[in-house]
Amino acid sequence: MVVATDFVAPDLMPAVAEIVLLSAVCVVLLVDLFLPDHRRQVTYYLAMLALAVTAATIVAFGASERTLTFAGSYVADPAGDTLKLFACLAVAFAFVYSRQFLSDWQLFRGEFYVLGLFGLLGVMVMVSAHSLLTMYLGLELLSLSLYALVAFNRDSAHAAEAAMKYFVLGAIASGTLLYGISILYGTTGTLELGELGGAIAAAGQGLNLPLLLGLAFVLVGIAFKFGAVPFHMWLPDVYQGAPIPVTLYVGSAPKIAAFALTWRVLVEGLGGMQESWQDMLVVLAVLSMGIGNIVAIAQANIKRMLAYSTISHVGFILLGFLAGSDEGLSGAMFYTLTYVIMATGAFGMVIFMSRAGFEAERLEDFKGLNSRSPWFALMMLMIMFSMAGVPPLIGFYAKLAVLGPVLDAGLTWLAALAVLFSVIGAFYYLRVVWYMYFEAPAESEPLAAGSDLRFAVSLNGLALLALGLFPGGLLDLCARVLS
Amino acid sequence: MGIDLPLLSIVIWLPIAAGVMVLALGSERADAGKLVALIASVLAFLISVPIYTDFDTTSSAMQFVERLPWIPAFDAQYFLGVDGISMPLILLTTFMTPLVVIAGWEVIKTHPAQYFAAFLIMEGLMVGVFAALDGLLFYVFWEAMLVPMFIIIGVWGGQRRVYATVKFFLYTFLGSVFMLVALIYMYLQAGNYSILGFHQLPLNMQEQTLIFLAFLLAFAVKVPMWPVHTWLPDAHVEAPTGGSVILAAIMLKMGGYGFVRFSLPITPDASSALDWLIISLSLIAVVYIGFVALAQRDMKKLIAYSSIAHMGFVTLGFFVVFAIVENAGTPEGARLAMQGGMVQMISHGLISGALFLCVGVMYDRLHSREISDYGGVVNTMPKFAALMVLFALANAGLPGTSGFVGEFFVILGSFQANFWFAFLAATTLILGAAYTLWLVKRVIFGEVANEGVAGLTDIGGREFLVLGILAVAVLLVGLWPAPLVDAMEASLGHLLDHISRSKL
Repeated sequence: MVVATDFVAPDLMPAVAEIVLLSAVCVVLLVDLFLPDHRRQVTYYLAMLALAVTAATIVAFGASERTLTFAGSYVADPAGDTLKLFACLAVAFAFVYSRQFLSDWQLFRGEFYVLGLFGLLGVMVMVSAHSLLTMYLGLELLSLSLYALVAFNRDSAHAAEAAMKYFVLGAIASGTLLYGISILYGTTGTLELGELGGAIAAAGQGLNLPLLLGLAFVLVGIAFKFGAVPFHMWLPDVYQGAPIPVTLYVGSAPKIAAFALTWRVLVEGLGGMQESWQDMLVVLAVLSMGIGNIVAIAQANIKRMLAYSTISHVGFILLGFLAGSDEGLSGAMFYTLTYVIMATGAFGMVIFMSRAGFEAERLEDFKGLNSRSPWFALMMLMIMFSMAGVPPLIGFYAKLAVLGPVLDAGLTWLAALAVLFSVIGAFYYLRVVWYMYFEAPAESEPLAAGSDLRFAVSLNGLALLALGLFPGGLLDLCARVLS
Repeated sequence: MGIDLPLLSIVIWLPIAAGVMVLALGSERADAGKLVALIASVLAFLISVPIYTDFDTTSSAMQFVERLPWIPAFDAQYFLGVDGISMPLILLTTFMTPLVVIAGWEVIKTHPAQYFAAFLIMEGLMVGVFAALDGLLFYVFWEAMLVPMFIIIGVWGGQRRVYATVKFFLYTFLGSVFMLVALIYMYLQAGNYSILGFHQLPLNMQEQTLIFLAFLLAFAVKVPMWPVHTWLPDAHVEAPTGGSVILAAIMLKMGGYGFVRFSLPITPDASSALDWLIISLSLIAVVYIGFVALAQRDMKKLIAYSSIAHMGFVTLGFFVVFAIVENAGTPEGARLAMQGGMVQMISHGLISGALFLCVGVMYDRLHSREISDYGGVVNTMPKFAALMVLFALANAGLPGTSGFVGEFFVILGSFQANFWFAFLAATTLILGAAYTLWLVKRVIFGEVANEGVAGLTDIGGREFLVLGILAVAVLLVGLWPAPLVDAMEASLGHLLDHISRSKL
C-alpha cells in the first residue's frame, strides 16, 4: 500500500561526501575537546583521516553522471567530484605544511583543523550548489571559517587587523551578492540554476535592465571572492597579516570554490547573458593581470608579492571564462587546479624557510638558499618559473589552455595583452630565483624543517615538473569531466 | 643499418639525464660529476655522428623521424626529425658542448656540479629546438633553454651578472611570447601544431603580416638584429666563458634557424613584402655594428659586437633571396645567398666560440678583459698566440677559413639583387678586418706591456686540445665546405621552391 504524500524523501547519495565530512568534523571537534595539550597530535591525525575518508567517499560514490537532489538545489557531477577531490588534496597538503609551524609558534590548537575542515565543507557545498541559496550557504560557511582562521594568532595585531578588514569587506561583498541574488529572484521567480537559465532564455536577447542589474551585483560578489581588481583590496592585507599556514590555506582550496562559484552561477545559471558578462569579465581580467603583475614588482614581502601574483593569476583564470567556450571553461578549470598546486608549493616554501619566532616573509630571507640547500632552491626555482609560465613546467600549459580559447573567440588583442603582462610578471618571479642563486646567504641558521615538510615540498615541486612534461592527463581530465 | 634507434631522442635526453645525475651527485662529488658530464657530452656527439653519416643528402624530406602522441588535448605530438637545415646545427651543438665542458674543467670553483649540469641540460634542450617538428614542442624547448642560461650567467658571470641575466631573460621572453600567440593562432587554423602542416597552411596577407611580425620579434631578439641587440653585449660580457661560447655558437643560431624554419615557409608573401625591412636591419648590423665593434675596449664586448655584425650576414642571406629571384629570374643566385647564410651560421658558431674561449684563456690568467691590460702576449704564450691569430683571421674572413665561405656566398648572391646591398655587405671585409686585426695587434703583438703579461704561462694540454680541435674544424669547413653545402642542398632547394609559390 502506497501512501501518497507531497513529501518526497530526498536522495542523500549525491551529498554523501559532504555528510561524511560533516560527521567527521563533529568527531574531530568532540575528540579534540577531551584531549590534553600534549596529545594534540591526535587531532591532526584525525583531521587527516577525515580528509582521507572524505576523499575515499568521493571516489567510491562518485557521480558517473549529473544527478540533482534536494529539489534541484544540489547537484553531483563528475566535474564537481574532481574539484572536491582536489580541494581535499589541497587541504591535506595545507595541514601537512602547517603542522610544524603551528607547534613551533604555540598555535597548535584543534580549532585550526576544525575550521579548516569546515571551510572545506563550504567549498564542497559551493562546488555542488545548484541553487543560488545553496551557493550562498556554502560561501558563508567557507567565509566564516576563513575570517576566524585569519585571526587565529590572537596575539598578533597584524592578524587581527587583517581579519577585521577581511570580515568587513567580505560581509559587504556577501551582501552585494545576496542583493544581486534577490534581484534575480525577483525578476525570474526562481533560485534554482536550471530554472534560472530557462527564465533568462525565455526573457530573450533584448535589454533587460533588472536582470542586468542582478548580474552586475552577483558579478561584484564573485570578483570579490576571487580577488579580481578592483575588488582585490582585501587580498594583500589578508595574505600578509595571516599566519603563513592560514595564508597557504586561503590561497588554495577557496580558489577552487571561487572557480565553482563562477562556473555554476555565470556559466550554468546565467549562461544566457554571456554577452553581458563577457565584457565585464574582460575589464576585470585586464585590470587584474595588469595591476597584479605591476604592483607585485614593488613588493618586498613575499606573502604580499604572492598575493598580487594571485590577483594576476585570477585575471588569467577569468580569461578562460570570458572566452565563453567549452575549451575556455576547461582551460579555466585547469588553470585553477594548476594555480592551487603552485600556490600551495610557494607558501609551503615560505613555511619551510621559517622557524620558531621567525617568519621568512621578506624576499631577502631567500638569499643564498642555493648555498644552504641546493635541492630546495631547485624546488622553489621550479615553483617560480612555473608561476611565470615558463615551459616545461605546468604553469605554461595553464596559460596555453586559456590563451587558445581567447584567440578562438577572436580576442587577439586580449591574448597579446595577456602575454605582455606575463612578461612583466616574470620579473618578480625571477627576482626570487636571483636572490636564491646569485646572492650570498644572509644568515647561516640551519634549515629547521622536519621530514614531513621536506617531503611535501619536494613532492609539490616535482609535481610541477612531472605534470609539465606530461600535461595531457590533467588537461584531458578537465575537458572530460566538464563535457 | 642495424636496429632503428631513436637517435634524436637519445641525443636530446641523454645529456639531460646526465645533467640530472650530475646534479644528484652534488658539488661534494664534483669530480665524479665532471667525468659524467664529459662522458655524456662526448657520447652525445658520437651518437649524433650517424645523423650525419646516414643522412640522405638527396632528399629534402624529414629524416630520422620520431612521432608519438604527447598532449591529445592540444593535438600536440612528440614529433622530431631533421633535414639538411637542422642537421648541421645539431652536430654543431653536440660538437661544441664537450669542448665547453673541457674548457670549464678546472676553472669553475663555485657550485661546479650545477655548472656542468646546466650545460648538459642546455645541450639537450638546444638539440630539441633544432629537431622539433611540432610547434608546441619547439616552443617548450625554446623557452626551457632560458632557465639554465639564466642560472649560468647569473651564478658564474662577472661583476654585473644579475643585471645582464635578467635583461637577457626578459628580452628573450618578451620576444618569444608573441611567437606563442602566433603558434596558437595557426594551431586554431590547422587543428594541430605540426610545423610542416603550418608550411602548407593558407593564410591571407593580413594574417601573414601579423604572424611574420610576431616571429620576427622572437627571432630578431635571438639573432640578435639591430636594434634589439642590446642584451647581447651585456650577456656575453658577464657570462662565464662557457656561457658565452654556447650563447654565441648555438643560441644565436636559433634565431637564424627560426627564420628558415618558420618565417620564410609559413609566411612567404609577408616575407617577400617586408624583405626590405630585414635587409635594412641586416645591413645596419653589418656596417654600424662593425663601427661599434671598432670602438670597444673590452675584448668580449668586441667579439660580441662582431657576432652581431656577422649574424647580419645570415639574415641578409636569407631575405635577399626574394630580390634576387625578382631581378635574375632564376633561383641560382638565391640558393647561393641562402647557402651562404647557412654556412655563415656554422662558421660563426665555430669562430666566435673559439674566440670567446681564447678570451677565457687570458681571463683565467689575468682576470681582466680589458684590451689595454694586454700586449705582447705572443712573447709569453706563443702556442696560444698562433691559434688566436688563426681564429682572428677567420673572423675577418680570410680565404681558406670557414669565415670566408659564408660571407663570400652572401656577397656574391647579393650582387644579383642590388649592387648597393653587396657593396654595403662587403664593407665588412674592411671593417671586420680592421677591428679583428687591431684587436690582435693590441693584445698579441708588440712589446710585453706589463708584469702581468710577462708572467703568463702558455696554454696547457687541456686548453690546447679544445682550441686545436676548433682550429681544425675552422680550416676544414674553409678548405672543403662541399660536404656541408651538399648536405643542405636538397632542403634549401625545396625551401626556395616552396617560398617562390605565393600562398595568396
